[in-house]
Amino acid sequence: MVTRYSLRVLALGYLLFLLVLPVGLIAWRTFARGLAPVLTALTSPSAVHAFEVTLSVASWAVVANTIFGIGAAILLVRHRFPGKRILGALIDLPLAVSPVVVGLALILVYGRFAPAGGWLERHGLQVIFSLPGMVLATVFVSLPLVVRAIVPVLEELGEEQEQAAHTLGATGWQTFRRITIPGIRWALAYGVVLCLARALGEYGAVAVVSGRLVGQTQTLTLFVEERFQNFDQPAAFAAATALALMAVVTLLLTKFLRPKD
Amino acid sequence: MAIEVRDVTKSFGGTPVLRDVSVDIGSGSLTALLGPSGGGKSTLLRIIAGLEQPDTGTVVISGVDATRLSPQRRNVGFVFQHYAAFKHLTVRRNVAFGLEVRKRPKAQVRRRVAELLELVHLEQLADRYPAQLSGGQRQRMALARALAVEPEVLLLDEPFGALDAQVRKELRTWLRRLHDEVHVTTVFVTHDQEEAMDVADEIVVLADGVVEQVGSPHEMYDNPANPFVMSFLGPVTRLDGRLVRPHDIEVCAAEQPGSSAATVTRVVRLGFEVRVETRVAGQDVWAQLTRGSADHLRLDPGDTVYLRPVSNARTLAGSG
Repeated sequence: MVTRYSLRVLALGYLLFLLVLPVGLIAWRTFARGLAPVLTALTSPSAVHAFEVTLSVASWAVVANTIFGIGAAILLVRHRFPGKRILGALIDLPLAVSPVVVGLALILVYGRFAPAGGWLERHGLQVIFSLPGMVLATVFVSLPLVVRAIVPVLEELGEEQEQAAHTLGATGWQTFRRITIPGIRWALAYGVVLCLARALGEYGAVAVVSGRLVGQTQTLTLFVEERFQNFDQPAAFAAATALALMAVVTLLLTKFLRPKD
Repeated sequence: MAIEVRDVTKSFGGTPVLRDVSVDIGSGSLTALLGPSGGGKSTLLRIIAGLEQPDTGTVVISGVDATRLSPQRRNVGFVFQHYAAFKHLTVRRNVAFGLEVRKRPKAQVRRRVAELLELVHLEQLADRYPAQLSGGQRQRMALARALAVEPEVLLLDEPFGALDAQVRKELRTWLRRLHDEVHVTTVFVTHDQEEAMDVADEIVVLADGVVEQVGSPHEMYDNPANPFVMSFLGPVTRLDGRLVRPHDIEVCAAEQPGSSAATVTRVVRLGFEVRVETRVAGQDVWAQLTRGSADHLRLDPGDTVYLRPVSNARTLAGSG
């Protein structure tokens, strides 16, 4: 009895000081002077712009990772080819590499003075210190999330339903759309939500490649940091609370999606 | 011929599964591919369907060389052992699938699906999902789904293998009746000789990737081409170095021309059938009698009797 209660107290206390207290304090400080200053802070031009940049970067990253994720998962589960294990390991790489390293690596390839980046810039596409680079960085750090959510479900689904669809006259695309996608839809939704949460909260890699240009390449996380450094605590806290709220919503979404598999 | 398989070979990773297999399947027939597990029968069926490619050889379906055609262009119906039900679709939508991907008019699809659901007795369950059906119902749904597109041939891969004994018997009688109604050329894979003899017009025995014999069930039972087919299709025992069916052994109380002396070791009564186990010159031999003839002989362990094949018995020189 004693051990059971002491374990509970220990776990709850740990979480209290690690999670609940810091996040709660941010919320409390945000709303300490009521709702009006929060709204003012969140509707300032730079805050609105930061929202827009974050949403745009996150949407592109989610779209890219969803398409890549479905393709890579089908490749890993349904096909046999040399180098399959290497592909599997590569997909997990972003989990191991620090986001700051990712950012620096992208600058090495796509920076103005690198061959690839220089060529792209001569053709009118600036990657680093601009939206494409931020999308690339976000795609990189959230790459495995969709793939890893789909792979086990695709494995469990098996090939027979797809083969049955083929014998019934369905083309490859019809089979994919009518059989494969509905079979993995919950796992796919879960992966997409996880990817979205990761993309919204990304800081390190984006900080490096964005150049932190206020009103241009500033995402919501960068906005929080920059406002905090400039002693504009109300704006920093308001944006932080908004970010936390988005995270909570996505977290709840994953909770809804999880048990249906 | 509805299906002509010519000189098909197939290996998986260096292991030969089919060696030079040639089979003709007549239009409108109901054929069983029978053989032990690992004999290559499922692989042959999947090659006919286009789900596997043969290494060499050709497959002709209704006069058209289908060897390189993809499964969706072969117009075959395929029924899987584990049903391969589309779990996210209702029974009705499962059956309609082949017609929907062919973009048939809605009214026509509805009419055809209703017909098929009636044929497989699932009209009451049309709006359920596969998870809400029993194994037998799922397999009937899979059959209706395969028949919906009016295939040239219907292929069933161990269709009753995952069902319990009672349902299996019901379904195979039902499949026979269904075939008599629909007349679509049907090939099914089974490792159960009783199932093959019960349902099929024609049996193809496949073992170790080779066709051992082709024929009608009774022809094959009475005139097996070799000891393997004989022992696979029914019980056999060995008397005087020859394989013989236990029900073709005559048990006599007194010595007869051509009989061998035997010592009764055990008498097993299985209702109507009586198994008499004996030893003849150090070898185990058993005979199958009716209860009447066994009672007449009054057999007990330790008795000496005389065994010989009945006059019209089919025997084979036994090897191995």
